[in-house]
Amino acid sequence: MSVAVTIESVEKRFQNFPALRGVSLDIQPGELVALLGPSGSGKTTLLRVIAGLEQAERGRVLFGETDTRDLSLRERRIGFVFQHYALFKTMSVAENIAFGLKSRPRAERPNPAEIKKRVSDLLELIQLPGLEKRYPSQLSGGQRQRIALARALAIEPRVLLLDEPFGALDAKVRKDLRAWLRQLHQRTGHTTVFVTHDQEEALELADRVAILHDGRLEQVGSPDDVYDHPATPFICQFLGDANHLPVKVVGSQAFFQDRPVLGGLRQNLGGPASLYVRPQHLRIVDDAPLALPGVVEHLRRNGPLRRAEVAVEGLSKRLDVDLASQVAPAIGERIRLRITHGNLFAAA
Amino acid sequence: MSDASLPYQIEDLAPARAARRVSGESRIVQFVLVVVSLAFLCLFLFLPLISVFVEAGARGWHAYREAILEPDALAAIRLTLFIAAIAVPFNVIFGLAAAWAIAKFEFRGKSLLISFIDLPFSVSPVISGLVFVLLFGAQGYFGPWLAANDLKIIFAVPGILLATIFVTFPFVARELIPHMQSLGSADEETALTLGASGWRTFFTVTLPNVKWSLFYGVLLCNARAMGEFGAVAVVSGKIRGVTTTMPLHVEILYNEYMGAAAFAVASLLAGLALVTLVLKTVLEWRFADAIAASRRH
Repeated sequence: MSVAVTIESVEKRFQNFPALRGVSLDIQPGELVALLGPSGSGKTTLLRVIAGLEQAERGRVLFGETDTRDLSLRERRIGFVFQHYALFKTMSVAENIAFGLKSRPRAERPNPAEIKKRVSDLLELIQLPGLEKRYPSQLSGGQRQRIALARALAIEPRVLLLDEPFGALDAKVRKDLRAWLRQLHQRTGHTTVFVTHDQEEALELADRVAILHDGRLEQVGSPDDVYDHPATPFICQFLGDANHLPVKVVGSQAFFQDRPVLGGLRQNLGGPASLYVRPQHLRIVDDAPLALPGVVEHLRRNGPLRRAEVAVEGLSKRLDVDLASQVAPAIGERIRLRITHGNLFAAA
Repeated sequence: MSDASLPYQIEDLAPARAARRVSGESRIVQFVLVVVSLAFLCLFLFLPLISVFVEAGARGWHAYREAILEPDALAAIRLTLFIAAIAVPFNVIFGLAAAWAIAKFEFRGKSLLISFIDLPFSVSPVISGLVFVLLFGAQGYFGPWLAANDLKIIFAVPGILLATIFVTFPFVARELIPHMQSLGSADEETALTLGASGWRTFFTVTLPNVKWSLFYGVLLCNARAMGEFGAVAVVSGKIRGVTTTMPLHVEILYNEYMGAAAFAVASLLAGLALVTLVLKTVLEWRFADAIAASRRH
């Protein structure tokens, strides 16, 4: 079996709204894939189609060689984790985790001792040993999400599907759980697909990121791939911050208002184009042949970095510039910016 | 409770306290409002209720016992219990089915169904009774056919049953619909992906989730099923000892100037109301907790 999940030109619409328009994707065994996109991009719908909670109108989903349309929900053996955990409130943690095992047909059902053993093993695995008798209302959000994951793992799923798994948690817990999920995945090796709208989460966690936009798959690739070589302007702006400059390409140079700003282009574009430059790819220089003059209008802190907002004549939006050195320019200072790296797209 | 739930409780309390301060009514206004509500309750609720029990006991314990153990009274009590025993389970099944359909599926005519469920609340019970007379009475649409097949619905127990079911059918559904809608389908979907069958999902996940609102609906439905007068009066024919329920029996006794006996039987109904009220209060208290817990997830 070379491919764990094959998604073949899946289409799905809700009333008249096309949620998925011909999405195809192969997922390798043991892979951790992120479905990334803004809300309304169809990422959750795609996850639910894989799970079998929604039916695709066209196209199909294969698990290995098996068409999932031939499988009942039970036979699909997927582990689905919801954003809001969907723990059974009336059951204890142990009963929640054991639910899948106890739901098996009598012949395949493990005996109570085995189930008990399995529950405590899983609690060990998710680093919450001894919580068997607690109820969901007595747990924190992060703990609930881990219990929900343990419950999904209990049925030994073919594929683990996580819908915004950390969406309802606060920033600190999100970060901790991210690292924890990464470790868990390395240990258990389940083929995992998770949905997120948080690009940072997707880039940090996933082996491959699949970016959806308006029901279409815009790009699939490793985090480095999609970040450094975005396939479309949308991805460029969606993954991290990017400044947009309307330019004109002549030969190997890009011109902003008749001023050359970027040279050495190998892409054969010619004519009007959109240049996207990340804040860290703008450097303040003393003087250089390819430089953009501007005035510092605002300084702010962005995590570990300081960032300057620079007004450039002919540009309605200020440019965000990450400051590499500790020496910051003063507000109102005239500076020159050099573009060290940019992504160029032909203007639509 | 772990400390995780603590911040919520603090948050819950804080706005209430702030709101009271902001609204800023003086103590006098508060006092007047409370007194007015209490006075109203006393006049229209407690006073009549007490008078029922006082009147019932006016002729002493012996007369009270006799009034209740008299054969017609016993028959009325039996019939009332029988009607409730059938109408309530029917209501539970209908309520669950309707609430499930409305909360979990999207379909055409859903809002129409929701307003139809409320219909018995907006129609006078007398009309509800007359509808069945029109359908199944001797001059009704199905009357000749029923007569030919020797079936009696109107002026018989089946008619009382139909009228009661009609009048009570919104109770359980109306309690369940908002609760099930607020719960969504994630729990059920989880159970299904974990390999549970539809029935197992229903009995182990859905039913426990809504058990308090279901119980609450059953309680209200039961009180109405036992106490319904208007619709039942129209279809019953008031054949003593055969088609008289407790409320009808009370009326008959009262019309025959047997006040003490009427109040004795009425006190049983009032007792039922009191028990329902107490259970309802207890449930509301439990139920609020369950709702809060479900929101907290």
